[in-house]
Amino acid sequence: MELLGAIVTLMGSLVLLVASIGLLRMPDVYNRLQVGTKATTLGTILTLFGLLILMPGWWGKLILLIFFVMMTNPVSSHVLARASYFIKIPFTDRTVVDKLKVSSKAQKIEYEEK
Amino acid sequence: MKNFFIVFLILMIVWVLLNNTFQPDILLVGAVIAFFASAFLCKRCELFADMNFTPKGIIYTIIFLGVFMIDLIKSNLDVTRRVLNPALPIKPGIVEVKTKLKSKFARMLLANSITLTPGTLTVDVKDDSFFIHWIDVKDEDVKVASKEIVEKFEKYLEVIYG
Amino acid sequence: MVDTILTVAVAIILLSIGLTMIRFVKGKTSVDRVIAFDVMSIASIALIGILAYVTQRIIYLDVAIVYGLLGFLAVIIIAKYLEKSL
Repeated sequence: MELLGAIVTLMGSLVLLVASIGLLRMPDVYNRLQVGTKATTLGTILTLFGLLILMPGWWGKLILLIFFVMMTNPVSSHVLARASYFIKIPFTDRTVVDKLKVSSKAQKIEYEEK
Repeated sequence: MKNFFIVFLILMIVWVLLNNTFQPDILLVGAVIAFFASAFLCKRCELFADMNFTPKGIIYTIIFLGVFMIDLIKSNLDVTRRVLNPALPIKPGIVEVKTKLKSKFARMLLANSITLTPGTLTVDVKDDSFFIHWIDVKDEDVKVASKEIVEKFEKYLEVIYG
Repeated sequence: MVDTILTVAVAIILLSIGLTMIRFVKGKTSVDRVIAFDVMSIASIALIGILAYVTQRIIYLDVAIVYGLLGFLAVIIIAKYLEKSL
């Protein structure tokens, strides 16, 4: 049983390693955010879940931490994506479509006509 | 009144989880603090007002959590495959999807779930449209993208939040 | 056995914090640095959790909760500042 918990913790740390490699390899801010959010969320959840198996008496604080990470991580990445879009950080050359730009342009024209 | 009870319940659960005991004196202190906090600080917490506390809603909440966890693991396998591939197979873009949900809390949950599922990240929300950064754009059309990204969560959230 | 595996896990998390540090220094834009900071703070939460198990002190988990809270608030406030809506 203890071995299982330790192995789950090890898997979590490997997922965190994937997050940092992705952060180094991806070409622009938005793709880095994608890797950063997903891999760190699962990495932290797995690490804390492994500790929950190792130490079942600590369930209260560990479950609180898991829920906390699961709720706040997507929010912070969304806020950062919005901020980097509005201060016009450029996309990578491989980007194929940008619907938000088209939509905000249409909205601006509508506003000016009023 | 419903808001007050829900906020009180959440504060009590957090208090019990933090203290990790069920001793009556600690529970009493927590109840007093949670009562005053939810009575005075939370006059306009309308966030949880449109939740359906029926048996069906609770069962769907559990199913939703299960679907969400499976998708989280799938998205991580997807991200790992993309990061470790030497050719870096990405085709990013921002697409637009429409949602039918009206309640604010349900929309927040939907946006969070979209962020944690394979290859998508919510960038902006305007009225009924979500603008989503998709790491591997399959189709630029609004309807096809909505079906691909939003539908699997929407059908559960629609039941839970009426 | 458990101790060996946990040592390897701590080493891997430290390595990933080090790799994130490269992105933090290289940066290019400010948002890149904020993302690197976010990833580092979340990896530190996992590290503090393992440390709490190794030293058998539950009080370290409170440190992890407060650290996560402060990291989240810092990211939100920096993003608001960059958006010039603060």
